[in-house]
Amino acid sequence: MKTHNSQALIKNVSRRNMLKGMVGTGGLVLAAQFVPSSLMAAEYKTGAGGMPGGVVWDPHVFVSIGSDGIVTIVTHRSEMGTGSRTSLPMVVADEMEADWSKVKIIQAEGNEQKYGNQDTDGSRSIRHFTQPMRACGAAARHMLEQAAAVTWGVSSTECRAENHQVIHTPTGKKLGYGELAAVAAKLKTPNIRDVELKDPADFRYIGKGEVQITDLRDITMGKATYGQDIRIPGMKYAVVARPPVVLGTVKTYDEAAAMKVPGVVKVVKIKSTPMPAKFAPLGGVAVIADSTWAALKGREALKVTWTDGPNASYDSEAYKAKMQAVARKPGKVERNEGDVDKALAGAAKVVEREYYIPHGAHSPMEPPAATVQIKGGKAEVWACVQSPGGTRGDVANTLGLKEDDVTVHVTLLGGGFGRKSKCDFALEAAILSKEMGGAPVKVVWTREDDIHHSFYHSVSYQHVTAGLDKDGKVVAWRHRSVSPSLMSNFMPDPKRESALELGLGLIDTPFNVPNLRLETGEAVAHTRIGWFRSVNNIPHAFAMQSMVAELAAELGKDPKDFLLEMIGPPRIVDPRKTVTSELWNYGDPWDTYPVDTARTRRVVELAAKEAGWGRELPKGHGLGIAVQRSFLSYVATVVEVAVDDEGNVTVPRVDTAIDCGFVVNPERVHSQIEGAAVMGLSLAKMSQITFKNGRVQQSNFHDYPVLRIGQGAMDVRTHIVPATVDNPSSGVGEPGVPPFAPAFINAVFAATGKRIRNLPLGDQLKKA
Amino acid sequence: MKLQVNQQDKNFEGDPQMPLMWYLRDELGLTGTKFGCGSGLCGACTVHIDGKSVRSCVTVMKDVSNQKVTTIEGLSADGNHPVQKAWRAANVPQCGYCQCGQIMNAASLLSENKNPSDDEILAAMQGNICRCGCYQRIFGAIKSAVKEA
Repeated sequence: MKTHNSQALIKNVSRRNMLKGMVGTGGLVLAAQFVPSSLMAAEYKTGAGGMPGGVVWDPHVFVSIGSDGIVTIVTHRSEMGTGSRTSLPMVVADEMEADWSKVKIIQAEGNEQKYGNQDTDGSRSIRHFTQPMRACGAAARHMLEQAAAVTWGVSSTECRAENHQVIHTPTGKKLGYGELAAVAAKLKTPNIRDVELKDPADFRYIGKGEVQITDLRDITMGKATYGQDIRIPGMKYAVVARPPVVLGTVKTYDEAAAMKVPGVVKVVKIKSTPMPAKFAPLGGVAVIADSTWAALKGREALKVTWTDGPNASYDSEAYKAKMQAVARKPGKVERNEGDVDKALAGAAKVVEREYYIPHGAHSPMEPPAATVQIKGGKAEVWACVQSPGGTRGDVANTLGLKEDDVTVHVTLLGGGFGRKSKCDFALEAAILSKEMGGAPVKVVWTREDDIHHSFYHSVSYQHVTAGLDKDGKVVAWRHRSVSPSLMSNFMPDPKRESALELGLGLIDTPFNVPNLRLETGEAVAHTRIGWFRSVNNIPHAFAMQSMVAELAAELGKDPKDFLLEMIGPPRIVDPRKTVTSELWNYGDPWDTYPVDTARTRRVVELAAKEAGWGRELPKGHGLGIAVQRSFLSYVATVVEVAVDDEGNVTVPRVDTAIDCGFVVNPERVHSQIEGAAVMGLSLAKMSQITFKNGRVQQSNFHDYPVLRIGQGAMDVRTHIVPATVDNPSSGVGEPGVPPFAPAFINAVFAATGKRIRNLPLGDQLKKA
Repeated sequence: MKLQVNQQDKNFEGDPQMPLMWYLRDELGLTGTKFGCGSGLCGACTVHIDGKSVRSCVTVMKDVSNQKVTTIEGLSADGNHPVQKAWRAANVPQCGYCQCGQIMNAASLLSENKNPSDDEILAAMQGNICRCGCYQRIFGAIKSAVKEA
């Protein structure tokens, strides 16, 4: 399983045979699947076993107990704000009957052989690790009971763990976990089939939402440590001047001028890597100094000139026109049902609409940063990375070391959103530490570096054509998606969306239309494309859910009722036989996570009900609704907008319904949905990255605005569809984002009668 | 030049044009003051000078000569400033990175205005970006800190 490769998402995608296996059988051979005896019936399969490193659940790996009774639980996923660093140990603690006030959490270093998959991405932490962490905690509980039995010389069936102690039920005598620690530590992990999970009725923490995030106090006191905050004795600070155009190279620079800046110790040229470069650094010139400030001054003094290379003419305006032209012609058929051409030709009315979604940058509040030190042939990395296992492999490759000789310490991430899945910044630090003879070097990215050198959310042009019969029923649906592919980082540019990108909310189109065709058009990547929170779901949902509302308007129907009509009756939509290549179901088995329109309908109905759909609104207000299945969850959002006479738009209220299966921590589901509304409103209303002469035109929050307090989405109400523990948990971090933009734009239409088809909204409503 | 940081006397001999943020982070190790934008646009680096909030990324060393600087580490001895307590009670943070700046800004607002209106809270907090989108909880926490105080 383990190779010098990193990103699991990509790894799974690039293994074409694995994908194929998923289409036909709907389930893989999962080496490390869990079937605890007590839950045979309820247990469900996930794709966790197919991820690099698979799944580990051994309490000897994750749990240790001190003689003082403190239970230390290892958390192996990166924390970027979703709360998984707390939630997964909480699952362990609950199953092992540990008292949360006596639990300490420590962060695993990057080591996927030891801990299982660590790629914190794709909204997978709870989805893939709730079951293994339950098994881990339950096994630990059994071992503590057994330790008490050994100590007392009784049968373990007479021993019951409860709230940090084991009770001998016949006599009532008790031993605390601290007193049992030494004996339990020597016991073998029970066979998975002998592990009995708790009755969910006995959960103390799981599903309650009362456990606060473990770093809460540290965060409020400035004690929480992020990648930017690392300080190692003897550490140098580096910043890098990178080519403004991807694949550009250094022409000239003034090393002497940089070296004259007090505190600058070295100037290092970093080579560029041709595409596909994966996460290799962009290249450029680094300045290493005694302080960040000196490094920044040194970089200014470099006055680098560049050879721009093949992407020098990338221009967002021209590219938009090009994509539009492509989207107007027949594309490659990706899913085909019935005969769309015939149905369109015979339709009483044809409605054709186009939508444009620009590039975006994640811009986490913490710009990327990483520190590397090399000593005696071993490298240590401290970094805010989403994929510490992948980073370990990539650093090893970069330095020519064995993975075993690389340790990746994971700091807290000051936001990630997909940017910190790409460890280019850690590889820069590795290269520079080596140049410094192994001395610790911290590479600091500034905000400008972050916005100029991201792996951008892909630009996209969506063309949707619907045919209506004389009764106003939609008989044909043709959706063409044109968007450069993130796979261009990993393979020769496929020049269209890959199976993975289609899987992100297009291929599973749930509409009940007899003639349906999904197509892709050619689009060449001219910058680094990366995944951004919910990825291609953003453009796909925007097009689909805008179009549904447009058709409702054409037909004079209520948008919510018409959306339900389009979704059709409760059923399983199964595109496995109608896709032309591969069906990617978020890397998880189809049978566990099919496309279930009963769930799609339910969230639409719930959001509408909670939002008071149809209620009387003040002048200038409007409601919009949209739904999207993404990351195997179902999310519907109703947005209320208020538009004033000048065309200023605010969002007084948002109601979001989410069905994400069993919920481990509802309080953090609320926070993710609140945050998704804010991020969704940012991208729908104001944020966009544009290119001119191959260069990103934005540089900081003045020209790449993101939502500020009071600009909307201050009253987000989250409505969770209740689900018992046997309902497979699905994603939460990402799925809140996709329905937001179309719900918002649909609300703008309801309020103003103006249909916005190009994001962001910007000043399109402003009166001239 | 001399200055005070969290009530301790400091002596600074370096580049007078260096932003205070780098002095706090790189030289004093006070990393609760976060680097977010370097241009006074996001508020992650907010500290107090004589009780008033400033952006330390655009405040240069020569301008803090003989000034009293308070960072998040010095806001309260035990981390129980009413704003910090309100933040925890409302479970405000997601990633947490911007929160020190948010808390410092809110604390300064409440020290100047014991009973701010909703609009005054929003206006005062406009400069502090949270990309995770914790705004509704930030707003709620400030309102409850007002009530508690």
